[in-house]
Amino acid sequence: MTSVLGAPVLEVDDLSVTFQRKGEKPTRAVDGVSFSVAPGETVGLVGESGCGKSVTSLAIMGLLPSRGVKVGGSVRLEGQELIGAGSRKLRSLRGAHMAMVFQDPLSSLNPTVQIGTQVTEVLLEHRDMSKAEAAAEAVALLDRVGIPDPRRRLKEYPHQLSGGMRQRALIAMALACSPRLLIADEPTTALDVTIQAQILELLKELVVDTGTALVMITHDLGVVAGLCDRVHVMYSGKIIETADRHELFAQPRQPYTGGLLASVPRLDAGRGTPITPIRGSARDAIPWAEGCAFAPRCDNAQDDCLTEVSGSVVPLEPDGPGRELRCRHPLQYPTAPSGATALGAAR
Amino acid sequence: MLRFIVRRLLQLIPILLGLSVLLFAWLRALPGGPAQAALGERATPEAIARYNELFGLDEPLIVQYLRFLGRAIRLDFGTSARTGRAVTTEFLERMPGTIELTLFAMIFAIGVGIPLGYLAARRHGSWLDSTSVIGSLLGVAIPVFFLAYLLRLGFAVELGWLPGSGRQDVRMDATRITNFYVLDGLLTREWDAAWDAVLHLILPAIALGTIPLAIIVRITRASVLDVVNEDYVRTANAKGLATSTVRRRHIIKNALLPVSTTIGLQTGLLLSGAVLTESVFAFGGVGSALYDALFARDFAILQGFILMLAIVYVLVNLLVDISYGLLDPRVRVR
Repeated sequence: MTSVLGAPVLEVDDLSVTFQRKGEKPTRAVDGVSFSVAPGETVGLVGESGCGKSVTSLAIMGLLPSRGVKVGGSVRLEGQELIGAGSRKLRSLRGAHMAMVFQDPLSSLNPTVQIGTQVTEVLLEHRDMSKAEAAAEAVALLDRVGIPDPRRRLKEYPHQLSGGMRQRALIAMALACSPRLLIADEPTTALDVTIQAQILELLKELVVDTGTALVMITHDLGVVAGLCDRVHVMYSGKIIETADRHELFAQPRQPYTGGLLASVPRLDAGRGTPITPIRGSARDAIPWAEGCAFAPRCDNAQDDCLTEVSGSVVPLEPDGPGRELRCRHPLQYPTAPSGATALGAAR
Repeated sequence: MLRFIVRRLLQLIPILLGLSVLLFAWLRALPGGPAQAALGERATPEAIARYNELFGLDEPLIVQYLRFLGRAIRLDFGTSARTGRAVTTEFLERMPGTIELTLFAMIFAIGVGIPLGYLAARRHGSWLDSTSVIGSLLGVAIPVFFLAYLLRLGFAVELGWLPGSGRQDVRMDATRITNFYVLDGLLTREWDAAWDAVLHLILPAIALGTIPLAIIVRITRASVLDVVNEDYVRTANAKGLATSTVRRRHIIKNALLPVSTTIGLQTGLLLSGAVLTESVFAFGGVGSALYDALFARDFAILQGFILMLAIVYVLVNLLVDISYGLLDPRVRVR
């Protein structure tokens, strides 16, 4: 799928992030993560809280604190290496070539600065514009993300806007310089369900219109189903399954992915049908020193999944066309994966 | 906004009434009276009675209070028993000195405190950070009069670098317009007089500004530490803004909100009379006047000054509340 869309905008190769605090054992939050995103493609990074998906996005943007954090591997934006790049170069790329939309729109906006200033400051920083031009462009941007009466909104402060409006404003700021890469870190988590749908629709339109590559960080499989082309499922800092959206929903192979899908409440399940949770919590995970970190919570786990026996980390291996899997005992299906499913047809 | 201001000004009335009753009662409860203070320890009872009659101090307290209140409404607080001059005149002469001193002390406290607090926070855990934390603790802990004595002893008496008493060299013979000595010097173009007044302000301003300085350092530091971890600072960095823009618009602007409240409150406190510092430096502001008046049992001065200082304090706080609304759009008053 990637090859069809042209040279990738973002290539992440063997990315690792280690947190090292004084007097404590280093914690590896992201470990050997590799993926790429093509122009106009939407890639989902999916997993539960603490699986390393947000840290991955911050590492790509170079927004992790410099003290006590070690980032390894390679991140290339349109061919330019970002890991180890100077802070000056990163600043010139951030906001202009790559941008990010965050989870909580209220806390992500400066409460004491007018919306207008917060939009124009990106333009003034990265584009050769006068203040008047930037102000006019800001009106156009707010209009484009669907904020009514943009001229008035520019003079307002974040607390005067509704939640959905704030997220739209943040998206406008992220899009101000037409970045090639947009990372959205749980952009709908803090919003009402109806607003969530609007924001997702907006992101989808923008990707189609501008050809921006979109990385969607989420724990919400509904978001994945509605938006993503390819999905990477993360667990405990590693990618454990990669697949096309349709295939992932039709035939998840990693028991963890299967558990995630099964744990989503379904309208057609009938009342009183219990929701199927994944037992245990991510805290029970063993580190990826050996074997499989999900093994303690996995129904399919067998002896060779467990640390002591396996002797090495379960590798991420090709699993059919366009799929990758990190599992010794994946879920089995009677027929070969096809991809044409009820969910896929919704596209 | 206007309604808010009017409401706050109306609140002044019960505050001042209550304060005047307390003040009146407190002064009369002090051991020894004005007569004793004026006539000395060996004054005969007859002489004291004559003195009290002369100044109306022999009448029932309630009569004295009502008479005082009646005049106070017209801002007439009587005449000082010590100098024989009108209390209001004395106040207008001395308040400018205290305002100048407060201004210099706050300039010192803010000018040093905010940058130091900011740097301490940005170099969190460094020697600069620990030094400023310990230093600010010391600053709050050292009694002001002790620090004032040390400064005077060191820089005025021993080293002779700076003047150690008064508001201006008495030989200056400067022209007075507003009683703000620095301002007067600038207005009349008597540069040497203005400079001399500034030199006289330095040591008392440092002594007086130490506590506000220490508080400002601590609050700025804590506030910056909070703000740098805010999501909107991450957003600003994600936008690739220049470091200076992030610092100015997104960190400092928000970090200064709690600091501005502190600055306002401290200014109010300093304005209402730095009795100890002013008396060490014989500064001749409101504070040293209160000090002298207390020993002389000069009721008129004490009553008048303290009530007028209460008005000043309330007005300063009103200004602080209004300015806070200007700084933080979320709390703009209606």
